[in-house]
Amino acid sequence: MLQQFWPAVRITLVLTVLTGMLYPALVTGIAQAIFHQQANGSLIEVNGKVVGSELIGQKFSKPEYFQGRPSAAGDGYDAANSGASNFGPTNQKLVDRIKADSEKFRKENPDFSGPIPADLLTASASGLDPDLSPASAAAQVPRVAKARGIAPAQVQELVERSTQARQLGFLGEPRVNVLKLNLALDSTYPAKR
Amino acid sequence: MTPNGLLQIGVFFLVLLALTKPMGAFMARVFEGERTWLHPALRPLERLIYRLCGIREDQEQRWTGYAASLLMFSLASLLLTYLIQRLQGFLPFNPQGFGTAHAAQGATAMTPDLAFNTAVSFTTNTNWQAYTPETTMSYLTQMAGLATHNFFSAAAGMAIAVALIRGFARHSSEKIGNFWVDMTRATVYVLLPMSLLIALLLVSQGVIQNLSPYTKAATLEGGTQIIAQGPTASQEAIKMLGTNGGGFFNANSAHPFENPTPLSNFIQILSIFVIPAGLTYTFGKMVKDTRQGWAIFAAMSTLFLAGVFVAYPSEQSGNPILSSLGIENHATATQPGGNMEGKEVRFGITNSALFATVTTDASCGAVNSMHDSFTPLGGLVPLVNIELGEVVFGGVGAGIYGMLMFAILTVFIAGLMVGRTPEYLGKKIEQKEVKMVMLAVLVLAASILLFSGTGAVVQFAKNSWLNPPGPATANLGNSGPHGLSEILYAYTSGTGNNGSAFGGISPNTPWYNLTIGMAMLIGRFLMIIPLLAVAGSLAQKKVVPASAGTLPTNGPLFVGLLVGVVVIVGALTFFPALTLGPIVEHFLMLRHQLFSLLVFPVWS
Repeated sequence: MLQQFWPAVRITLVLTVLTGMLYPALVTGIAQAIFHQQANGSLIEVNGKVVGSELIGQKFSKPEYFQGRPSAAGDGYDAANSGASNFGPTNQKLVDRIKADSEKFRKENPDFSGPIPADLLTASASGLDPDLSPASAAAQVPRVAKARGIAPAQVQELVERSTQARQLGFLGEPRVNVLKLNLALDSTYPAKR
Repeated sequence: MTPNGLLQIGVFFLVLLALTKPMGAFMARVFEGERTWLHPALRPLERLIYRLCGIREDQEQRWTGYAASLLMFSLASLLLTYLIQRLQGFLPFNPQGFGTAHAAQGATAMTPDLAFNTAVSFTTNTNWQAYTPETTMSYLTQMAGLATHNFFSAAAGMAIAVALIRGFARHSSEKIGNFWVDMTRATVYVLLPMSLLIALLLVSQGVIQNLSPYTKAATLEGGTQIIAQGPTASQEAIKMLGTNGGGFFNANSAHPFENPTPLSNFIQILSIFVIPAGLTYTFGKMVKDTRQGWAIFAAMSTLFLAGVFVAYPSEQSGNPILSSLGIENHATATQPGGNMEGKEVRFGITNSALFATVTTDASCGAVNSMHDSFTPLGGLVPLVNIELGEVVFGGVGAGIYGMLMFAILTVFIAGLMVGRTPEYLGKKIEQKEVKMVMLAVLVLAASILLFSGTGAVVQFAKNSWLNPPGPATANLGNSGPHGLSEILYAYTSGTGNNGSAFGGISPNTPWYNLTIGMAMLIGRFLMIIPLLAVAGSLAQKKVVPASAGTLPTNGPLFVGLLVGVVVIVGALTFFPALTLGPIVEHFLMLRHQLFSLLVFPVWS
C-alpha cells in the first residue's frame, strides 16, 4: 500500500495547483472583468462612501426607517459573523424573544392590528437577511409616515415600487429590500431632524 | 401548501429529469474513455496530469490496488490540508491575518483538533464545520485547503461508483479500472468545466468572487458594518456540484453572498442532484440496459418526493406555539406564513423545505435554512434522509454505490423469500457480497447510535482536556427531546458524510472534534472498502443467463421492493432513537410544552 503514497502525494500537489489555485484565479479573473459590481459584493455608495451592500441587511432601529428581521449574527447584522439563533420549536428562549419583540412592535406600531407577518419576528438563517415580506413592510408604513411627517399613502407607494416579484415569475417569494427602501425614503422624503 | 410552492417543486423535478439522460450519457463516455466534445480542449490537460504524476493510463488495478490508491490519496490530501490550516498565518492570501497576531478580536484559534476535524471532514466529502469560516479561515486555506477537497472527494466518489458499476458490467475479469485515471477524468471533464460555468452563473446573481480585505461600510443610522469578502463563487459551485456542502460563510447557502437570489438557489439545488441523477443513467448505459438505471432513478424519485411532501407541509403549517403569540401562520399573497425562524425571506417556506430535503437526500449538507429551527417533523426529514444512507440520488458517486448496495440486499431478501440463489444483472449474489454489504450497513448504524448514545451520557472531569467540565450535553443549544435530536443529528451527519447540522450544538471542543472526526472516517472508508471488495468479487464472476425464475430488476416490482428495503432497514435501525427525539417533540409541541436549558451539576 505504501508504494502508492508518493504517487498520491504527486497527484495531490498537481490537482491542488489546478483546482485550488488556477481554477479560482480563472473564476476571479472572469468575474472581475464581466461582473465587477456583483463580484465585489454589490456595494452601494452614497456620495462616494460605501453605506452597505444591497445583499446584506443592516441594523435599523429609528422609527423613520423600516426595520429588518431579528438577527442572530454577532450582536445583530454583523456581516463578518453570520449565523442563526438555532432555537428549536420548543425552546423557551424562542418564545421569550418573540413575546418581547411582539410587545415592542405593537407599542411602536399602534396603528397595526391583527396577526404579525411570520417573517417579521423570526430570526433569519443568515442573520443578514436583506429583505422583508411585503406584508411586514406594510405593517410599518404608518409609523414611518408619522415619523417623517408625510402621508402613509406616499410611503406605501414607495414600498410597492420597491417590492420585487418572484424571479422569472415563479421562483422564490415576493420581497422588499430594506436598505434600498430606506435609501429611497431618504432621497425622496428626507427625515426632519 | 400553496399552488406556487407545488409549481416550484414540480419545475425542479422536471428539469432534473430532463438533465439525467444527457448528463449520464456524457459521463458514461468519459469513464469508458471515449471521446466527447470536450476532448479537443481538455485532453491535453488530462495527459499533462498523467505525465506530471507518472500515471500509466492503460494500466488497470485489482480492487485491492484501487482501494490502496484511494486510501493513500485521501491520506496525502488530508495531511496537506492539515498543514495549510495550521500554517495559514505564514501563508499568503490572508488579508484578515487569521493565525497571526493581527487577527481581529473574536477570531477562532486553529487548534490541532479543529484542524484534524476539518481536514477529515473535507477529505471524506462531509464538510462538517466546527468553525465559523469568516472568523477562522484565510482565503488560501479556503481555496487550496478546502475547496480542493470538494473536487477530490467528489472525483473519488465518482471513481468508486464507476468501479462498482464495472464489477457488474464485466465478467471473468480481475481488474476494475484505474483509480488515478477515473479520478482525473471525473475532475477534468465533469467537475472543472461544470464548476466554471456554475460559478460564473452564480456571480451574475451576486455571489462574490474577490481577494479583497473585508469592507467597512458606514450604515444609514451612523454605525459601521464590516462586510466579509472572499473567493466565494469558485468554492460555491463545486460545493454544490460535488455534494460537499461546506460553506464559505457560517450561514452557508443562507448567506446572501453565497446564495443571493431565488435563481441562484435553483441553480444550487439542481447542482446537488445533477451528477447523482445522471449517474443512474451512466449505470444503465454501462451495464447495457438503461432500464436498470431508470429503475434506480424511479426508486430514488419516490423517496425524494416522499421527503419533500413531509417537510414542506410541516414547515408551512408552522409552530402552533408561535401562532398563539399572535404570529401569522398561514401563507398569504404578501407574506410566507409558516415556520420562518431560521429561514430567509427570498426563499420562503417552499425553497427552504426543498433545499433541506435535497441536501440530505444527497450527502451535500449545504443549507439555505437552519434545520435546528425546523418543526419537529420538518427536521425529522433531513435526519431520516441521512440515516437511510443518503441513497436518494445521494452524494456524487456515493448515492449510486449506496443504492446498488441496497439493490444487492433487495435481491438477496427476494431470493430468500422464494428460495433461490439471488442474481443481479446476471451476477450471482453469494455469501461474500451479502456479508460485505451487511458489514457496511451495520457499521454505519453502529457508529451513529453508539456515538450518540455515548454523547448523551458522557461526563467530563473538572480539568479534562476533552471538553468543559460536566456532561457533553452542556454543549447543546436546546434541551428536552430537541437536545437529543441535536446530538443524534451531529453523529448522523458525521457518519453519513453529510455535514449539515442542528447548529445549536457547540462542537468545537476536542471531544466533539475527535469523535465526529472518527465517525466521518468510519462512514466514508468502512463503506467504500467493503463495496470495492464487492466490485472485485463481482467482476470475477461469470454471467448467468436470465431464466424464468430470475427476478427482473428493471420493473416496478423491483422498484417497490427496493424502496421497501431502504425504508425498512432505516426504520428498524433508527426508529427507537427518533421516537425519543423529533417524534416525541412533535407531540409536546402540539401541547405547547417548552424547554429551558438546564443547569448541570459539575462532576469532579
